[in-house]
Amino acid sequence: MKTYYNPEDLKKFGKIAEFQKPLADKFFDYYGEVFAEGALTAREKSLIALAVAHTIQCPYCIDAYTTDTMEKGCDEEQMMEAVHVAAAIRGGASLVHATQMMNKVKEISM
Amino acid sequence: MKSLKAQNHRLSSSEEEIEVLEMDMPSFSGNRFAVELESSNLYPLKPTQIEILQINLGKMCNQVCKHCHVDAGPDRKEIMTRDTMQECLQVIKNHEVTTVDLTGGAPEMNPDFRWFVESIRAIDSEINIIVRCNLTIILANPKYHDLPEFFKKHKLEVASSLPYFTAMKTDSQRGDGVFDKSIKALKLLNEQGYGVEGSGLILNLVYNPSGAFMPAAQAGLEAEFKKRLADKFGITFNSLFTITNLPISRFLEYLLRSDNYEGYMEKLIESYNPVAAAGVMCRNTISVGWDGYLYDCDFNQMLELKVSAEDSQHIRDWNHQSLTDREIIVKNHCFGCTAGAGSSCGGTTT
Repeated sequence: MKTYYNPEDLKKFGKIAEFQKPLADKFFDYYGEVFAEGALTAREKSLIALAVAHTIQCPYCIDAYTTDTMEKGCDEEQMMEAVHVAAAIRGGASLVHATQMMNKVKEISM
Repeated sequence: MKSLKAQNHRLSSSEEEIEVLEMDMPSFSGNRFAVELESSNLYPLKPTQIEILQINLGKMCNQVCKHCHVDAGPDRKEIMTRDTMQECLQVIKNHEVTTVDLTGGAPEMNPDFRWFVESIRAIDSEINIIVRCNLTIILANPKYHDLPEFFKKHKLEVASSLPYFTAMKTDSQRGDGVFDKSIKALKLLNEQGYGVEGSGLILNLVYNPSGAFMPAAQAGLEAEFKKRLADKFGITFNSLFTITNLPISRFLEYLLRSDNYEGYMEKLIESYNPVAAAGVMCRNTISVGWDGYLYDCDFNQMLELKVSAEDSQHIRDWNHQSLTDREIIVKNHCFGCTAGAGSSCGGTTT
């Protein structure tokens, strides 16, 4: 069955350079730098990436950063907590807009 | 859980395992590892010098870990005899081996384990003796309860597997209840001074991934283990060794059954590191099987690939020169020791 997402395509990520190499090179250099040890550890960055992957709901990123966080020594509990952070922010982003709804309700109500 | 051998599983045959390791895959085929070594100017791979004698005292074990490369367990009866141990003692006496590394199975289950340790110490009071203790053996039977005192008396270095600092991950790999028992055993070792600063008694832990992924960086994970084990259980230890799972025996069976084999092998191959290849443990180690036959490493032992030195394939025929001059036998499982930061029984190699 054909689907839009094919797990095998994740391995081809580097091949985006085929169509526009200078931009791809710049992107991958940047990407590598971003995930290197810095003020944050590579492990902390990997957990952030896992949470973001769930927020943007990218199947490639979820596969990649599930493996990567495990390879950075994280366990299931830590990984799920990271996803809950993403979910809390996402849920909170909806709920905080309720203040706008409430403002409007009050504006047009007697 | 039974051993692969007791199940009469096809992967309990080393020929079958080697066949799988060399079968044609879309991304690799044949003895790809030899090709990689050649490109690093390391083929044929030769020893540097023989410093470590790693001795398998038997395949019997009180645990049946899901990833075990020995396929060890309570149903395995292969055990080293005292006669073969005597032959090992001759080699330790006559050659400059700096470390004797006792492994199994659970080496302590060999009825001559204590006699063997005492005999090694009688020959050399300073030689480093490592015991690869699975921790739970200490609590498995009253006759093993005094092992921590015995280890201390003979100044053994203890190396123990603990895949994680939580029960879920540890038990999923090593069996239900193993984590709690391991924690109790670690406390008993700490009570004797093992892993305690200033005691001189070394307690190292060994981490290996609980699945088809690569190990974490050793230094960072060691810091995490130290913090978690100290904070929650008051346990201390010296170093954490991170080890890559090699695709043989039960771990190979898992990889094939879970459809992870090709992806895992690809990852090992992509992560080939020539610096790690130059530092592989088979260059300074000889592995002795329970029956006295000699191998380049514990993994080659399980694949029944005897050393290539034809006049020195058994401990009783030890020819130091032949063994030092031999070519080390390599196959695709060796990618497990050369991936990333490298892997050995002493952790990373780079």
